[in-house]
Amino acid sequence: MATYLEINKKQVNEEKWEEPFYINMGPQHPSTHGVLRLFLELEGETIINCTPIIGYLHRGVEKLGETLNYNQAIVLSDRLDYIASAANNTAFALAFEKLMGLEVPRRAKLLRTIVCEMARICNHLLWLATHALDIGAMTVFLYCFRDREWLLNIYEKICGARLTHSYVRVGGVRQDFTQEIIDELYKFTEEFPPRIYDYEILIDVNRIWLKRTKGIAVVPPEDAINLGLTGPCLRGSGIAYDVRKFRPYDAYGEVDFVVPTGKNGDTYDRYRVRMEELRQSNSIIRQCLDKLPETQGEPVLAENAPDLLMPEKVKEPKPQPVPKKGVIFRGVEKPIVPVGEAFASIESPKGELAVYVVSDGSNKPWRLRIRTPSFVHISAIPYMAKNHMVADLIAIIGTLDIVLGDSDR
Amino acid sequence: MGIEKDTVEIAPGIRQIPGAPVVISPIDKIINWARAGSMWPVTFGLACCAIEMMATGASHFDLDRYGIIFRATPRQADVLIVAGTVTKKMAPIVRRVYDQMPEPKYVIAMGSCACSGGIFKTYSVAQGADEFLPVDIYIPGCPPRPEALLFGLLTLQQKIKRESKRWGFWR
Repeated sequence: MATYLEINKKQVNEEKWEEPFYINMGPQHPSTHGVLRLFLELEGETIINCTPIIGYLHRGVEKLGETLNYNQAIVLSDRLDYIASAANNTAFALAFEKLMGLEVPRRAKLLRTIVCEMARICNHLLWLATHALDIGAMTVFLYCFRDREWLLNIYEKICGARLTHSYVRVGGVRQDFTQEIIDELYKFTEEFPPRIYDYEILIDVNRIWLKRTKGIAVVPPEDAINLGLTGPCLRGSGIAYDVRKFRPYDAYGEVDFVVPTGKNGDTYDRYRVRMEELRQSNSIIRQCLDKLPETQGEPVLAENAPDLLMPEKVKEPKPQPVPKKGVIFRGVEKPIVPVGEAFASIESPKGELAVYVVSDGSNKPWRLRIRTPSFVHISAIPYMAKNHMVADLIAIIGTLDIVLGDSDR
Repeated sequence: MGIEKDTVEIAPGIRQIPGAPVVISPIDKIINWARAGSMWPVTFGLACCAIEMMATGASHFDLDRYGIIFRATPRQADVLIVAGTVTKKMAPIVRRVYDQMPEPKYVIAMGSCACSGGIFKTYSVAQGADEFLPVDIYIPGCPPRPEALLFGLLTLQQKIKRESKRWGFWR
């Protein structure tokens, strides 16, 4: 962003100087996916510089997480990337389990994988809906929400919430699937692939869609790595990096799936990658469902999963011969979780989501650091928007798939 | 007496002479009836509740059948749905959007964060939209279901229909 001093200096030094046009976009803008504000420097209708201004949704989640115990911090993770909460829950739970050295039962791992992939489908459907709506295709929006509503209904049967699930807990999951849910998911996985085809025939042959996505915001592979892009944005540039393949967590090691990549690294390729991921997620859910009967009857929560209850108001606890499992009273010299630090990263629908936690032995994290994909992706907007039209900026914001709650935390 | 005999009540307080394009009504009632039938909210998503707001407007719940159409600019809107956490950095902008709306205007606080701050009792979050806006309807929930938002909007319709002497006056 040029300051007034710099502008004046430029005016004095150059003879033929045209004043660039400064325009402010957001935070109240229907296409900025929340409360992103962009300060644009225009020359005619071409963007010569663009400054993202964030922080309009900074809620202090990291600081708040240090005042809550480990199980309560998972509730905060729902509100980070509120479109795919199950993925956030998993990242938090994985970091905490690594810290505590918990071994998650296999059935819980399978269930986690299923809800994570459902979250990926939900996220990509919402992304396609809003991206297409911004570019100008209204029908896709309605079709995508129809199918998303089906998945949300299944989520509601699983845990009782539509968006903020908190289904994944430290050491496993909240409860087992019922047979009704499994039947419903089988029905979904059968009927979903033709519907992906429906969306594709709606927009793939649409000339407006092709003109507005092909060749827009091209990111070469080297630049994609240097900018720190992850997830579908990186894979669209042709780099097959996926945390699910490289550092498998949960049950991703035992399922088959392909990591789709693009060639040109433009908006259209990123769209293709996400559409292919929808199919892969559908197949992963199917494979996990097939494996569920093998683990019938296993627990879904680790045996030594901590309750993490600490009655802080009780100053002098009554002497108890046998302390309740997982409950520790003040005065007992036994740390709830070991002192140390842990790091876990997952492939969230938007990119690589990492959680770093430092423990001082109490029931609360001493430091909770969250590396969110949206924050990094927003920093790539100035690079991608340079020398594009203002109208293409909408497509660029859409293709990065940012959520401001994820970025500002 | 004659009015009641010869006319048909088409909405509370609004009577029509059958077979004639004539409506007999107090002016308050007919203006409220028109206002309640076309509440246009501004699309202003702040956080998680905005996703549920979008879902309410989309195919499954379909707000259009109540005459509720989302407008992209506050200049064309009647209702401001504060959907999500209002941070202290965002509060002046929410207020400005409210100030840009033409009278009469109504505010719905959607979600726990907009009602009271919710779980985010931190240094950066305004503890409720009612700190800086006159809120008409509070919808609790984190996030509220689309049915809850529908119920809130219908409750606002009832509230608008009960108003009197509102037109032509500033609040």
